[in-house]
Amino acid sequence: MAERTPAVQFLSIDGKFAPNEAAEQYLPYLADLTASDHQQFYRDMAITRRFDEECTNLQRQGQMGLWPPSHGQEAAQVGSARAARPQDVLFPTYREHAAALVRGVDILDIVSVMRGASLGGWNPNDPKNGNFRNYTLVIGSQTLHATGYAMGVAFDGAVGTGDPEIDTAVMVYFGDGSTSQGDVSESFVFAASNQTPQVFFLQNNHWAISVPVSTQSRIPLYLRAQGFGIPSVQIDGNDVLASYAASKRHLDEARSGEGPAMIEALTYRIGAHTTSDDPTRYQTPEQLAYWVARDPIIRFESYLRSQGAPEQFFADTVAEANDFAADLRHRTLALEAPSLASMFDNVYAEPHALTTDQLAWLDAYELSLREGV
Amino acid sequence: MAASVEELPLAKALNAGLRAAMATDDRVLLMGEDIGTLGGVFRVTEGLQDEFGKKRVLDTPLAESGIVGTAIGLAMRGYRPVCEIQFDGFIFPAFDQITSQLAKMTNRTSGAVHMPVVIRVPYGGHIGAVEHHQESPEAYFAHTAGLRVVSPSTPNDAYWMIQEAIRSDDPVMFFEPKSRYWPKGPVDFTSSAAPLHATRVVRTGTDVTLLAHGAMVSTLLQAAQVAADEGVSVEVLDLRSLSPIDFGPIISSVEKTGRLIVCQEAPGFVSVGSEIAATVAERAFFSLQSPVLRVSGFDTPYPASKIETFYLPDADRVLDAIDRSLAY
Repeated sequence: MAERTPAVQFLSIDGKFAPNEAAEQYLPYLADLTASDHQQFYRDMAITRRFDEECTNLQRQGQMGLWPPSHGQEAAQVGSARAARPQDVLFPTYREHAAALVRGVDILDIVSVMRGASLGGWNPNDPKNGNFRNYTLVIGSQTLHATGYAMGVAFDGAVGTGDPEIDTAVMVYFGDGSTSQGDVSESFVFAASNQTPQVFFLQNNHWAISVPVSTQSRIPLYLRAQGFGIPSVQIDGNDVLASYAASKRHLDEARSGEGPAMIEALTYRIGAHTTSDDPTRYQTPEQLAYWVARDPIIRFESYLRSQGAPEQFFADTVAEANDFAADLRHRTLALEAPSLASMFDNVYAEPHALTTDQLAWLDAYELSLREGV
Repeated sequence: MAASVEELPLAKALNAGLRAAMATDDRVLLMGEDIGTLGGVFRVTEGLQDEFGKKRVLDTPLAESGIVGTAIGLAMRGYRPVCEIQFDGFIFPAFDQITSQLAKMTNRTSGAVHMPVVIRVPYGGHIGAVEHHQESPEAYFAHTAGLRVVSPSTPNDAYWMIQEAIRSDDPVMFFEPKSRYWPKGPVDFTSSAAPLHATRVVRTGTDVTLLAHGAMVSTLLQAAQVAADEGVSVEVLDLRSLSPIDFGPIISSVEKTGRLIVCQEAPGFVSVGSEIAATVAERAFFSLQSPVLRVSGFDTPYPASKIETFYLPDADRVLDAIDRSLAY
């Protein structure tokens, strides 16, 4: 068995900059970050925390069928998404709300999915959405799409040219539960075989709904990738600097043609799996308390204060987050059901007799009801 | 091409069709198990890796879900992948990627993402093979919204239909009748025979209509010849497309003959033949002189090959159905 190394960590849980030994080789990847970047990371996380809470409330008020909270996982997502270049392509699961925000996706488009007003939500080919692909609900399926996409990037010659505007990497998010899916193993095989420009970003939030990660694996999950010939590292996923630095390094390496890598971010789902779940049935108060003490936002706030971030910044961020949530609520309530035609319109790219006939029938039927024929 | 019409086996016609598609569009790439160096276990892709290189003819790892799942990603990047599933019975590891991912991508993205992916599946019996190598799983895919499903029965159709399938912006399940890979037939390289989704009349008659796709079409033609010798005029239709189904020629034929027998190697229960029988009953009820009959494989697992001839419908079983239909 491969030798274990400690998880990469820059910030201690009380927010002091104290890189551990594993973090040392990642230090250069923090070098370019400015105070302004740090504040951006904080705003990304704080706004996500706030709208995430708003969405849970909206679900409780009957405005959404479901909401999968990201509470607790903001640092893993923000660090990784901020490390990606604009041309990089991100494949999410269904909980990467912070990464979606970073890449420019309108959070209302996620709400639309969870409200039942849309299936996929947003157009991943629209430049405003930052190459952030659609959420995928069948666990692990997106890892293969990401690997195939990365194969295409390599076939296009958009790897290892040395041109920072051309070289492209793919980042795929997945969770601890998904590592038991065959598709995830197959994606490791295809990625290793094709040496794809790709980073596998695992958020180990310790739970697959109610099943603990110990049921999925007897070894730390980052070691799995090594069995497939994919270099891997474990990081403190609640340390946004660790997430940024590890992602930056492995995305850079992927773009330059060094093949795939895997990052396991140790984090914790503070909330429920989704609003349909009751985590008190399987999670102990002690576990929760342990991870609440490692809250990624509080930790980074302590760090920023120690670096001299002004009080006004934090007050402004609270106000900005509140405004963001209020706007999202307002727009959520105005979201309408899609047209009936949308059920048929894009089943096929080109006309298909069955859907064409059925839409015509439904239109005529609905018309007959309205006219009382 | 040297000659405009050439006698080719279906497998070589497919090879020529794939070559033509790849030469026309450099976004077309082939992927599958053993399709490169070996040329595929049925040699359908023989020589193509030498001609187009390893980046366009990919020997993939041995994982069907991986093949289709990565093809989806390649299609997102703008490629037009043609996947080979080595045998019919090996398609099920890819079932989620085909039915939940590939089939739904265009709809769930409101048309923003198209999936021009072809999945080639050698299917059907008559080759004396072991378990999972002789099945006819096409109904699963015809049942799935978002997929197009076609099956050529002749070398000429194989040559043209594979190119049309590759040109389609929708995912196409391309079922190749493997027992018909070897017999030769004319391939006209100058013009397409019929649109991808057209049902075609392959023999005209007046007393009863027989309908099938893939390898069963040749069985129907045998049966029709025997029936003709006995004074029964049989019309034979080649379905060619299982989704969508081109019902126009079927209804027209039934209006003429009043009798329809639907034939398939696949099990009959909840099958393509069942759907055709139901639709014809709805649309041509007053033209029917007898119930629509199905001649199908049995609703059992595909049997040990020493008894497969008792499982697969043959000309005698079709003739028996003709007798039953005419007895009404």
